[in-house]
Amino acid sequence: MSEPLKIKTMADCMAAGETPEILFWVGCAGSFDDRAKKITKAIVRILNHVDMSFAVLGTEEGCTGDPAKRAGNEFLFQMQAFQNIQVLNGYEVKKIVTGCPHCFNTLKNEYPDLGGNYEVIHHTQLIQQLIDTGKLKVEGGAFKGKKITYHDACYLGRANDEYEAPRSVIEKLDVELAEMKRSRANGLCCGAGGAQMFKEAEEGDKEVNIERAEEALELSPNVVATACPFCNTMMTDGVKLKEQEENVKVYDVAELIANANDL
Amino acid sequence: MHFGVSNIIFLVVFITAIVLFAKRIMTITRNIKLGKGVDRSDNASERLSTMLRVAVGQSKMVVRPVSGILHILVYVGFIIINIELLEIVIDGALGTHRVLSVLGPLYDLLIASFEILAVGVIIACVVFLIRRNIIKLKRFWSKEMTSWPRSDANIILITEIALMCAFLSMDTADFVLQSRGAEHYHEAGAYPVASLLAPLFNGLSDSALVFVERFGWWFHIIGILCFLVYVTYSKHFHIMLAFPNVYFSNLKSKGQFNNMESVKKEVELMFDPNADPYAAPPPAEEGAVPEKFGARDVTDLNWKQLMDSYTCTECGRCTSNCPANITGKKLSPRKIVMDTRDRLEEVGKNIDTNGGEFKDDGKSLLHDYITPEELWACTTCNACTEACPVNIDPLSIIVDLRRNLVMEESSAPSELVAMFTNVENNSAPWQFSPTDRFNWAQED
Ligand code: SF4
Ligand code: SF4
Repeated sequence: MSEPLKIKTMADCMAAGETPEILFWVGCAGSFDDRAKKITKAIVRILNHVDMSFAVLGTEEGCTGDPAKRAGNEFLFQMQAFQNIQVLNGYEVKKIVTGCPHCFNTLKNEYPDLGGNYEVIHHTQLIQQLIDTGKLKVEGGAFKGKKITYHDACYLGRANDEYEAPRSVIEKLDVELAEMKRSRANGLCCGAGGAQMFKEAEEGDKEVNIERAEEALELSPNVVATACPFCNTMMTDGVKLKEQEENVKVYDVAELIANANDL
Repeated sequence: MHFGVSNIIFLVVFITAIVLFAKRIMTITRNIKLGKGVDRSDNASERLSTMLRVAVGQSKMVVRPVSGILHILVYVGFIIINIELLEIVIDGALGTHRVLSVLGPLYDLLIASFEILAVGVIIACVVFLIRRNIIKLKRFWSKEMTSWPRSDANIILITEIALMCAFLSMDTADFVLQSRGAEHYHEAGAYPVASLLAPLFNGLSDSALVFVERFGWWFHIIGILCFLVYVTYSKHFHIMLAFPNVYFSNLKSKGQFNNMESVKKEVELMFDPNADPYAAPPPAEEGAVPEKFGARDVTDLNWKQLMDSYTCTECGRCTSNCPANITGKKLSPRKIVMDTRDRLEEVGKNIDTNGGEFKDDGKSLLHDYITPEELWACTTCNACTEACPVNIDPLSIIVDLRRNLVMEESSAPSELVAMFTNVENNSAPWQFSPTDRFNWAQED
């Protein structure tokens, strides 16, 4: 745990005349939110562990504009996109890994129309590739034999048809992967998407994250795994509100792998 | 052949129904064309295979096995039994009896399968009626399922049962008449169901049987012709529109929201270092209406969204999977789609009564039908589009209406306005300084 993180920015690389293999797009939550920063660092630890050549944009990164676009503010979205694309194209970025399904979706699907063409993958997909190519060895470690349920992020699952990468990574941990009633294409949202994260919910009889946390808790899992910093917040809050935070931990898939490998 | 008055009556009824049906189709086509353009002419082969899988193969129906399988029974029954319709029309026009019996053994097979399917359809429709009216499944009783949508569903189910009963009694009477060697009723067809029902009719005289047979025949054909016209006013229109609607559905990733070209032009100008910031905007073309951002009314939506609205089966699968609706919010994706259709019908009638021109009625889809409260409850999770058995996209309508709220009316919940300001000033949705963005790497 104590080894210092090795992180370069694109500007550092450029100055040193290096071309990193992949750009790690950290995202706003991953940069500023205390809980999400831990996920960011877990991803970096994994990248360091496999000696991957990567860089981040650091202070040159800006919000992809996802929440603005979902909320109907196309102007703001496109302004963000143009700025980011200028930076990315300036560094001649080819390949991006994101720590957030919302950044992933926006960069992958919505930037091409505005002149930003990159190969974009989500961090669970990268981890799966690292495992499949033998670069990353995973054993259960602390999680061996534990019951884990995976909550599908809408923007990874339904939006981009990626249901298997996070699951196959979790299965490598020698755990019991339990499925909620609503999972994969039928998965229930955590309630954060579409800019809901930034506002109170409309009047109703329940919060979406409680509905989802209840469903996860029905399985009495040891861990609820997520692949999105916003899902992570929502599920953590939901589990807390049900007063189960002692028994049930909410971890990102990257944290599970980093922890299992004592990174 | 016995060509007579009844054949003339038949032809009059038949032609009237066809004319009414065609007129209505023209109106609906006109209404759909009120929408804006969107190109869905690409990828013909992928579109075709999607249509075969989702519309013909009903792949999304069986996600809920009970209703899915029963629905396939009704659907197959409906299609196959309509082959019988061909014969009915020829017999009716020419005065022949069971003209297709020239097909020989194949005809026996056809009639036998019609009968068995007819029984299947009756069973399925009865189960559907029970689910809707006795078990009262939640998705058929939510707010937007007001009395008309509920009656519409029941009318269709009861009509189908009546049609199938008429069909079977026609066959049974025919079967008994054939076995008695009655004049005009030559032996044709195999009757697995009618032969079982025959004892019920054995006591009837030949003339009573002829009456039953003729009554069943007329009821069946008139029923189907009425149905043909009725369907175009009903959620049952999906039996026709499901196919083109799935064919033209969005093939891109569900997470990809469309790019607004009109916005792109303006933003590009802002980023163009060579553009003169003080230059006057190019003169608008003669009579050009300035482009609206997002959708306020149905005519601001694209034709595919309007086609979606006519295709909706009101099944409520979208709404019953919607996280906002499940947790008691006002949003219901089914209502979004039904409102779009109802408003479009209203706009269409307005055009018809005002000599082909829309006369402002002071109403719009946004606000008068769909409220901001509904729109802001959406998490854009795509559960609705995933669940829809005919690939309707309620989310795209929600987003277009949100765009109008934000970019035309400058109205959004205050927390979202704050989020916009943060993104604009800090390049993050929260109030953090962009210079602190990389601090995480130094923290423990
Ligand atoms: S995308 Fe919006 S309307 Fe559709 S299911 Fe999700 S929350 Fe409901
Ligand atoms: S939009 Fe689709 S899922 Fe929703 S009610 Fe209509 S047909 Fe059913």
